Amino acid sequence: MIRTEELLLNVGPQHPSTHGVFRIIVKLDGEVITEATPVMGYLHRGTEKLAENLNYTQIIPYTDRMDYVSAMTTNYVLCHAVETMMGLEVPERAEYMRLIVMELQRVASHLVWWGTYLLDIGAMSPFLFAFRDREIIINLFNELCGARLTYNYMRVGGVKWDAPPGWIEKVRDFIPYMEGKLDEYHRLVSGNEIFLARIKGIGKYDAQTAIDYGLSGANLRSTGVDWDLRKAKPYSLYSRFEFDVPLGKNGDCYDRYLIRLEEIRQSLRILKQAVEQFPSSGDVMGKVPRVIRPPAGELYVGIESPRGEIGCHIVSKGKAEPYRLKFRRPSFVNLQILPKLLVGETMTNLITILGGIDIVVGEVDC
Amino acid sequence: MSDEKEKELNRQEQAEAQPGEQEAEPKGEAPAAEPAAEAQPAEAAPSEPAAAAPAAEPTAKVSAAAPSEPAAAVDPEREAKLKAAAEARAARAAAKAAAESAENAEAAAVDPEREAKLKAAAEARAARAAAKAAAEGGDGGSGEAAAVDPEKEAKVKAAAEARAARAAAKAAAEGDAAPAEPKQPSPKQPQLDEAVALIRAQVGDDAIEEAYINELNGHLPTLVLKAERLLACAELLKTQESQDYSYLRNLSGVDYETHLETVYHLVSLKSGSDLALKVKADRENPQIPSVVSVWHTANWNEREVYDLLGIHFPGHPDLRRIMMPDDWVGYPLRKDYEPLDPEV
Repeated sequence: MIRTEELLLNVGPQHPSTHGVFRIIVKLDGEVITEATPVMGYLHRGTEKLAENLNYTQIIPYTDRMDYVSAMTTNYVLCHAVETMMGLEVPERAEYMRLIVMELQRVASHLVWWGTYLLDIGAMSPFLFAFRDREIIINLFNELCGARLTYNYMRVGGVKWDAPPGWIEKVRDFIPYMEGKLDEYHRLVSGNEIFLARIKGIGKYDAQTAIDYGLSGANLRSTGVDWDLRKAKPYSLYSRFEFDVPLGKNGDCYDRYLIRLEEIRQSLRILKQAVEQFPSSGDVMGKVPRVIRPPAGELYVGIESPRGEIGCHIVSKGKAEPYRLKFRRPSFVNLQILPKLLVGETMTNLITILGGIDIVVGEVDC
Repeated sequence: MSDEKEKELNRQEQAEAQPGEQEAEPKGEAPAAEPAAEAQPAEAAPSEPAAAAPAAEPTAKVSAAAPSEPAAAVDPEREAKLKAAAEARAARAAAKAAAESAENAEAAAVDPEREAKLKAAAEARAARAAAKAAAEGGDGGSGEAAAVDPEKEAKVKAAAEARAARAAAKAAAEGDAAPAEPKQPSPKQPQLDEAVALIRAQVGDDAIEEAYINELNGHLPTLVLKAERLLACAELLKTQESQDYSYLRNLSGVDYETHLETVYHLVSLKSGSDLALKVKADRENPQIPSVVSVWHTANWNEREVYDLLGIHFPGHPDLRRIMMPDDWVGYPLRKDYEPLDPEV
């Protein structure tokens, strides 16, 4: 007789495929998961509490550390919220700079995802390719603001640094290079039979479930729901550009994979137009009062980060510090569906599904 | 879990201790129903109650022992922690109040009626705090039973008064600013009216406490709902085809010092229209029905609000801390939060 018993397995907090300090307690019946309980908070730094004692400019570096794979979009959501509240005008050149760095960031973020996802699944070399190409973007950012990850680049009313001479040309040159590499990625991985066997039909859910769970980004669009805040609630200059919102049909990991790669292409398309339209001169900082005091009241804005809707809810009492600052973090909300998806799956699929959601733990825990 | 147990224990002991006290010292007990301001000096006078307390103690102890068996299982260490935290908070609040009372004295004189109300509320709160402290002192087993530390009580009261004064000053300042705005019909007014009419018709006239347009936030229609009607309204706003608020974008909790509040930012994926719902909750015992059954997004968001602000969501499938450790004391995003251990 074979002795069988339920096995309780701790995945994480220190496990490479959790992409940070995130833990899942899984109950296993053989290799099949019967229950999964995510445990988080290992990276909780109390950003929202800290922000209550900081002025708005001082909060910007904290947003870098929330979604550290896409710090530019997190920078933007805070600045955008404060500007909307105060009715500040942002100079056009500054807004173009922001849009360019945000789209470059989206490409960089999806490259990190693509590389690490394939690494999770067991393909080593795509990771090296992805990081090679991401490095170009990181270097561009480094030239711009002297940091590789935590940029602290945007300010309420504009950006901190203007583009150094030749920077825009470098971005222009990067676009065709990346387009070529994207085709290469597809040739290298997207048709691979082992890869398809690992991700096709895995982690499936329908549009209704996705909406009910408040999923956003590729997680929502993989089910065919056409909801991209750049189109649905245009902010910045997105209404000026032509781009498509890639949609999936099946709501599985494979669709999410294809959407993210296609989003790289669409971002490059936006960048191409933005570089063409980029104003040759102008300020990069608007007229902003010395002390930033949004009027008393509250406001919520959300923008499309590479992971979905990142939102900022500010309650102001007319002081230089927010009375309450709450971030709606896409990784946190998207992760909620994980326990539901894992039931009945195998351990190998746990990695596939978790990776497919694309979380950044700094953002989950905030 | 053990929090509730403890509260229960406190309540029980209080309930049981009071009759005992009443027998021994009827004068001391009667004022509890009246404004506590009078009760406090009586209790604080060291001679009589101190004499009465030992007399009351045996009965209180005996009767408390039998029914509170499960409650007695509470971790004593944790209890001690809680108590220490409460004391530290009171002490710090008193220090703060002392510093601020000077500057607030003049500002407080603005709206006498409102101020009086707020003061009464603050006093009631102080009385409740005093009663609680008395109960805690009782179960400490130190032998002093219900004898309240008079100094501490005075401090608590001073803090409450200072808080009331500050609130009054703030209210007065806001009152000045409000009437200056000229009213213009908002482009989102019809959307708000439609939602209001629908809720009035289907849920009830009393469901909406307030409906307004938040102009700062791109004319966001906002409804302030009664907590007990939230679930019905949420269900209606989600399922009704003309509304279709199927997507919960964000759920925040805010501590406004006078009350707690949750905010729900909704959007319709079909029409793209936005709506915000707000629900207020009492600060002492905040309860807001969970909307997990309507929008599953709320699940972890409500856990986060519970964890950081201490709002309870009856009907939530799994309400426990999510960011802080399970044994954490206090709710960090509360404005009066004081860390138990300043080193942490």
